[in-house]
Amino acid sequence: MDIHEYQAKEVLSNFGVEIPAGALAYSPEQAAYRAREMGGDKWIVKAQVHAGGRGKAGGVKLCDTDDEIQSACEDMFGKKLVTHQTGPEGKGIYRVYVEAAVPIDREIYLGFVLDRTSQRIMIVASAEGGMEIEEISETKPESIVRSTVEPAVGLRDFQAREIAFKLGIEPGLTQAMVRTLQGCYLAFRELDATMVEINPLVVTGDNRILALDAKMTFDDNALFRHPQISELRDKSQEDPREARAADRGLSYVGLDGNIGCIVNGAGLAMATMDTIKLAGGEPANFLDIGGGATPERVAKAFRLVMSDENVQAVLVNIFAGINRCDWVAEGVVQALKEVKVDVPVIVRLAGTNVEEGQKILAKSGLPIIRATTLMEAAERSVAAWKSDHPLNLKAV
Amino acid sequence: MSIYLDRDTRVIVQGITGRMAQFHTKDMLEYGTNVVGGVVPGKGGETVHGVPVFDTVKDAVEATRAEASLVFVPPPFAADSIMEAADAGIRYCVCITDGIPAQDMIQVKRYMMRYPKERRMVLTGPNCAGTISPGKAMLGIMPGHIFLPGHVGIVGRSGTLGYEAAAQLKERGIGVSTSVGIGGDPINGSSFRDILEQFENDDDTHVIAMIGEIGGPQEAEAAAYIQDHVTKPVVAYVAGLTAPKGRTMGHAGAIISAFGESASEKVEILSAAGVTVAENPAVIGETIASVM
Repeated sequence: MDIHEYQAKEVLSNFGVEIPAGALAYSPEQAAYRAREMGGDKWIVKAQVHAGGRGKAGGVKLCDTDDEIQSACEDMFGKKLVTHQTGPEGKGIYRVYVEAAVPIDREIYLGFVLDRTSQRIMIVASAEGGMEIEEISETKPESIVRSTVEPAVGLRDFQAREIAFKLGIEPGLTQAMVRTLQGCYLAFRELDATMVEINPLVVTGDNRILALDAKMTFDDNALFRHPQISELRDKSQEDPREARAADRGLSYVGLDGNIGCIVNGAGLAMATMDTIKLAGGEPANFLDIGGGATPERVAKAFRLVMSDENVQAVLVNIFAGINRCDWVAEGVVQALKEVKVDVPVIVRLAGTNVEEGQKILAKSGLPIIRATTLMEAAERSVAAWKSDHPLNLKAV
Repeated sequence: MSIYLDRDTRVIVQGITGRMAQFHTKDMLEYGTNVVGGVVPGKGGETVHGVPVFDTVKDAVEATRAEASLVFVPPPFAADSIMEAADAGIRYCVCITDGIPAQDMIQVKRYMMRYPKERRMVLTGPNCAGTISPGKAMLGIMPGHIFLPGHVGIVGRSGTLGYEAAAQLKERGIGVSTSVGIGGDPINGSSFRDILEQFENDDDTHVIAMIGEIGGPQEAEAAAYIQDHVTKPVVAYVAGLTAPKGRTMGHAGAIISAFGESASEKVEILSAAGVTVAENPAVIGETIASVM
């Protein structure tokens, strides 16, 4: 789960990371008021969206006056911010963060991630802050400092000092840097984060170390023990269909194609998408309905897939193990009676009791296109999609 | 002898009184697995399908000399149960549970290191379908009947995609020595490399099939290991060619976040290591048959 910059800053500051003065606003007037309240003569107005690359996309503006703050906000509120991370549809701006501008001496990149190779928390830092880490690792890979944390004892101060020295932090600020690193680590550890990124972390003209931006991602599997983090969820930043799927215990990712997929198991779901592509089609979604393909789940899955208006055929691919094919077939039949599905439906069943399953589909009287192998299912889906929409023949 | 388990391996089920665990315990018993006990704190003295339940793994090991354990415990408590098994001297543990916090798994991996190598537990999973040595024993939730006994070693992340591969083999009359699910989580007990090493040293396994997916460094790690250490033919399929970057595809670990983590990059790395790559999931069986 992602949270906003202002939320991440609040979380991190509770763990001892220093941040510039700032305040949240829900309207241009409120933004100007809060800036005045804060004092100073230069402010940064930042669109709060769950995506990086805001600066280049016009989501971060430096302002000198109330009027500038108001007009910067008017350009943001209610608009969609399109950055290289949001996709073409962008993310809605409903909150802005107003922050006091600080004099910047140097910018540092600081990230904490779950490293899958060492299976530990890893700190990644670079003296070349301000750029994205992908860019740093391409242009200045030698500047990247890495350090992994031994889970039994946590981040040790000596490790934090080593990082500070490698980044060239001046001796007078070493302690402040250690505090920042320890604060991020503790927040990561205590709150089950999967990513903390401060880019840039700045050394100011008046010798302070401040987090100028902050991003945090949390482990969905650990939210059960962090209700205060769950509360920070902002559904306006999520794809509505994906959020709805998650609320129903289904795992859904929307894509750009026309063939909807309903599959049990994440690996098989990806493999099904790949096969559709190979057969000349484009998958409309990833959807894993999980182990038990109960009629209710199949019906939910159909509703979800059909809510995507680009879907012009639906491929159901279920490898039934303990949940037998006959039972899955009954689920499909029941779902098709409940949910209005006006596009071709292709069903491929495999595994336990497959013959009975096929019989149930055949007897249902529903216009279900049956397939026995994965390839056949993909080919029939693509053929059905093309014949249902003859105009598409030209495009393919 | 197959890897990890055979007909005589004494198995306990942690969390055996749960609905799913009871169901699969019955299934495993019917398959012939030597299930000798279960563990649920506070339910010691009860029985499930005739199998005695103990309060602690230590009690179960003492009474039954259990060597292997299957963990069905809910996510908030699963890491603790795995550590309990490691401490009680269980040799091989499979964790089925999906949804264990990643940092709990970091703790588990660290905890297991406190035991000297000769008595260190091997963990596969979590978030996997389990391990089966067809015709001998099954430690997991897979439908046993889709696997024929034979000489192909299967290792994969995904349950149902693994079934797909096994079914394609069965259709051709090709059997499996052992099939191991390593699970879809970012931090898991055993990696592809660990299982490849087992298969390389297993006389029963003649060909190895590796079923990977997007995300994580383990396929690339496996490629390096295969190049230097594996003499048996290896066939691989990597799911997720159509998966977009930066999105989690169902499995917590299935997300492309670095170079070498996309399906096409993994295919390239594996091919360069001499692995025969199945171009699509429909030809996994065919590709395995072609190298036998």
